Amino acid sequence: MSLSRAKIRKRQRMYVIGAILLAVGGAAALMLTAFEDSVVFFFSPTEIAEKSPIDPDQRLRIGGLVVEGSVAKQDDGQTIAFAVTDMAETVPVSYRGILPDLFREGQGVVAEGHMSSEGTFIASEVLAKHDENYMPPEVAESLKKSGYWEEIEAKNAEQMRN
Amino acid sequence: MHRFAKPSVFLKFTAPILPWLSVLTAILIAAGLYFSLIGSPVDYQQGHTVRIMYIHVPAAWMGLFCYVGMAICGAMSLIWKHPLADICARATAPVGATFTALCLITGSLWGEPMWGTWWVWDARLTSMLILLFLYLGYMALVNAFDDPERGSKAGSALALVGAVNVPIVKFSVDWWNTLHQPASIVRMDGPAVDPSMQLPLALMILGFTCYYFVLLILRVRLELNERRIRALHLSGMFDETATPAAAKDKAYEAGHNAEAKQ
Repeated sequence: MSLSRAKIRKRQRMYVIGAILLAVGGAAALMLTAFEDSVVFFFSPTEIAEKSPIDPDQRLRIGGLVVEGSVAKQDDGQTIAFAVTDMAETVPVSYRGILPDLFREGQGVVAEGHMSSEGTFIASEVLAKHDENYMPPEVAESLKKSGYWEEIEAKNAEQMRN
Repeated sequence: MHRFAKPSVFLKFTAPILPWLSVLTAILIAAGLYFSLIGSPVDYQQGHTVRIMYIHVPAAWMGLFCYVGMAICGAMSLIWKHPLADICARATAPVGATFTALCLITGSLWGEPMWGTWWVWDARLTSMLILLFLYLGYMALVNAFDDPERGSKAGSALALVGAVNVPIVKFSVDWWNTLHQPASIVRMDGPAVDPSMQLPLALMILGFTCYYFVLLILRVRLELNERRIRALHLSGMFDETATPAAAKDKAYEAGHNAEAKQ
C-alpha cells in the first residue's frame, strides 16, 4: 500500500512531534532529578540526621509530625519548644512567634530556620501542613475510637520520610 | 474523526446540544453550591474553611483538563492542519487560564488560615503557577503574528512542549515533599475525602466541566461566525465606496441568506 505524499508528510509531522515531546519530557525529568534537593520543600528529620553536622549559617526547612506532649513554653514566655519526628528520627525545634491555627500535636508542620550547633533547630517561621484526609468531626471521633487513627498517623509519618 | 472537523458539521451538531448543556450546567452548579455551602458537614480540623475546597479542587481540575484539551487541539492543528482544532485551542486558553487563576487565588485564601502563609514556593504551587504562565504565553504568542497561521503554529508548539508540566503538577505532591497535602481524590487507595464531602465535590467538578463545554461551543461558534463575516467583508460585499448601489443590494441578499441558513 502506497501512501499519498500528504499522508506521509502528516505521519512525519506526528513522529517529529512525538520525538520532541519525548526529548522535552526526558530533559525535564533529568533536570528535576538533578535539582531534587532544591525542588523538595523540606527535609525530614531522617534526612537532617544523614546530613548533619549542618552548617549553622545554612537556611533550610524541616518537616514532620509534632511529637505528642513535646510542646512546651520556655521560661521567657515567648519561645516555644517542640519536637518534630518522622517516627524514625526526632529533631528538637525552638520557635519564637505566632503558631498557625492548625499547629497541633500529632499534626504535620514545616519549620524554616537553621540548625544550631547543639542540634536544635531554630525556627524563624512555622507552617502547618495538613494531611489529605477530610472528614466531619463525628467520623474523626469514631475513627479515634475504633483505633484506625494510629494507622492514619503512621501513614502521615511515612509520607514525611520520603 | 476528521469528518467532525468541518466547521459546518460543528455548527450543526452543537446547535441542539447547547441549550440542554446550559441547563445541565446551571442545575449541576446550583446543586453543587447548595451542597457545598449548606448541605455538607464541616471538617474535623478546618471547620467551615473546608468549603473553599469545593471551588479550589474543581478549578484545579479544570486548569489541567483545559490544558490537556488545548495541547491535543494544538497537536491536531500542527499535524492535520484542522482549522477547527486551532479555533478550539484558542477558545480554550482564556477559559483554562481563568480556572487556573481561580485555583491559585482560592488556594492562597485557603493557605493563609490553614498553613499560615499565602504562598510558598513548593513544587505543587510553583508548577501550578507555571501552568498559568503557559496559558498566558500561549495567548500572547498566537496573537503576536500578523499571519494567524504562523501564530497558531508557534502557539501549538508552546502548548505541546508545556504539556510536560501537566504530569508534574499532578504528581508533584508524590514525587517531592511539599507543603501542599498529597492527592485526596485520584489516588491509589481511593478518595481520602469523606463520602458526605464527595457529593458536592463531584457536582462542582461535573458542573465546571459542563460549563467549560458551554463556553467552548459559544466561543467556537462566535469565532466561526466572525470568520464568515470577515470573509464576506473581504469579498467586497459590504464595501459601500467601491461598489455601486445595485451590487450593495446583492451583497445584502447574500449576507442575509447566509444568516438565515444557519
